[in-house]
Amino acid sequence: MNPPSSVLIAGASAAGLGTAESLRRKGYRGKITVLGAEPHAPYDRPPLSKQVLAGAWEPERARLRPRDALDALDAAFLLGDPAVALDAAARTVRTATGARPRTLPGQDGLAGGSVHTLRSLDDAAALRADLLTATRAVAVGDGVLGAEIAATARTMGVDVTLAGPQPAPMAAQFGPRVAELLAAVHAEQGVTLRLGTAACGLTGHGGRVSGVRLADGEVLPADVAVIAVGATPETGWLTGSGLTLDNGVVCDAYCRAADGIYAVGDVARWHHTGIGALLRLENRTNAVEQAAAVAGNILGEEKPYTPVPYFWTDQFDAKIHVHGQPSPDAEVAVVEGAVEDRRFVAQYRRRGRITGVLGWNIPKQTRLTARGCLAGHAGLPTPGTAPRGPALVALRASPSYRWEVPPALSSRGLRATAPDAAR
Amino acid sequence: MKITVDEAKCCAAGQCVLIAPEVFDQRDEDGIVLLLDAEPAEEQHAAVREAAAVCPTAAIHLSGTA
Repeated sequence: MNPPSSVLIAGASAAGLGTAESLRRKGYRGKITVLGAEPHAPYDRPPLSKQVLAGAWEPERARLRPRDALDALDAAFLLGDPAVALDAAARTVRTATGARPRTLPGQDGLAGGSVHTLRSLDDAAALRADLLTATRAVAVGDGVLGAEIAATARTMGVDVTLAGPQPAPMAAQFGPRVAELLAAVHAEQGVTLRLGTAACGLTGHGGRVSGVRLADGEVLPADVAVIAVGATPETGWLTGSGLTLDNGVVCDAYCRAADGIYAVGDVARWHHTGIGALLRLENRTNAVEQAAAVAGNILGEEKPYTPVPYFWTDQFDAKIHVHGQPSPDAEVAVVEGAVEDRRFVAQYRRRGRITGVLGWNIPKQTRLTARGCLAGHAGLPTPGTAPRGPALVALRASPSYRWEVPPALSSRGLRATAPDAAR
Repeated sequence: MKITVDEAKCCAAGQCVLIAPEVFDQRDEDGIVLLLDAEPAEEQHAAVREAAAVCPTAAIHLSGTA
C-alpha cells in the first residue's frame, strides 16, 4: 500500500501531535496538517487539574514540545480555528469543536458567575483566578478529575467540599477498599466529603453561583463551583459525514472509521480484539499509544490496537497508578507493601482472572507486577474516566484541502459485531 | 543525541523503561526516571525517540541531530 500524499489531523493535543510525530518517526515524508480548536500550541491536559491549577507551573510549562521540536516536525499547525464538519462524500471540510464536559441543569445561566468546567488551559486559568478569592468551593464529581480538583483547591488553602453519588471518590475505578483510603486522605487534608448523593443543579444570585443543589434537597453553599461529571465525545461536527457515531467515532480493530479516516484519543471507540468489544478510553497514555498505532496503520502496518489501559492520578501525597481494570466488584489482594503504610501494590481478580493492578505510592513495582500478570490481555477498561486527549480524525488530503476520501466510503461494514462490554 | 529529563514533570509511568531499558530506569522508592545514559549509542536512538514521544508527561527532551 502506498502511503497517502498528505495527512490531515483534526485535533492538536496529545493524540494529534502524537500522530504527527509517529508518522515522521516511521519515515513518512508527505504533508501533515494539524487543525486545533484552541489558539495555544499543543499542551498537556493532566497538569491542568494539578500543577497549573495550583500555580506551581506557569501555563507555558504544560506545553508538550518546545518550539524547535514543533518546527522540526515539518507540519502545518492551523490553530484557533476548529474543524466544524467532515463531508466525506463531497470531499470537503469546513472548519468547529473539541470535547465537551457535561454540565448541570442551570449551569449555562450562570456562565461567568464562578461556575466552571475544566478541560482547557483557559479553563484552568479561569478556575484558578476564582479559587484564589474563593470563600467556599464545591467540586461536583467523584471521578478522577473532581477528586484532583478538590485536592488541588485544598492545597491552595480553599475551603472545599467534594460532592458525588458514590460512597467514596473513584469507587467505580478502585473498588470500595482503595476508594475508602482515598476518602480518608481527603478528609485528613481537610476536604469536606459530601458523598452518596448526586448533585442535580445549581442555585444562583445576581448571575453568580450561590450553591450546589443535591438530589436529597440539600444545598451546599458555594461561591465557586466546578462541575466534573464526565465529558461527551465531541462528534457533533461529524454528523452527516457518513461515519458511524455512537459514544464516539466507531472504528474497526485498526482504529479506522472508514477507508482513509482514522480516530484517535478520547473520541475513538474501536474494536479491541483482545477483549472482543468496542472500547473508548479517555486516558493520557492511550492518546499517544493509539496515535502510534494509527500512524502505523496509515502507513500500511495493519496492526490491531490492543493496549493494556493505564492511568495515574496524584492527589495530596497519594500517587496512584492503575494498569488494566481494577473493577469495583473484583477481589483485591495486596501483593507488595501494606495498605496501612500507604505504599502497596494490589491485584484485582474477577472471575478467576487478574484484570487490574493498582499501586499506591509505589509506581515501579506496580508496573513490574502489571507486566507480569496483565501482559497479553487487557482487563476490561473503565469507560468515562477523566477526559485527557483531543478528538482526532486523520484522513488523506490534498494540499488544497480537498479531501481524497474514496467514493466507496461505507461506515456500515465497520460496525463491530462483538457485544459491547464497555457500556 | 543528548538526553535530558525533567524529574519534576515525570509521573513515574515507566513507559520509557519499557521502550529503552538500556537508557532509562526508575527509582525504586518513587518510580521517578533515572537516566542511565545521557548520550546513548546510535543503536539506541530510535528507541529513545519513541520513549520521548510517548512519555505521558513530556519529561524527556532530546537535543542534537545524531
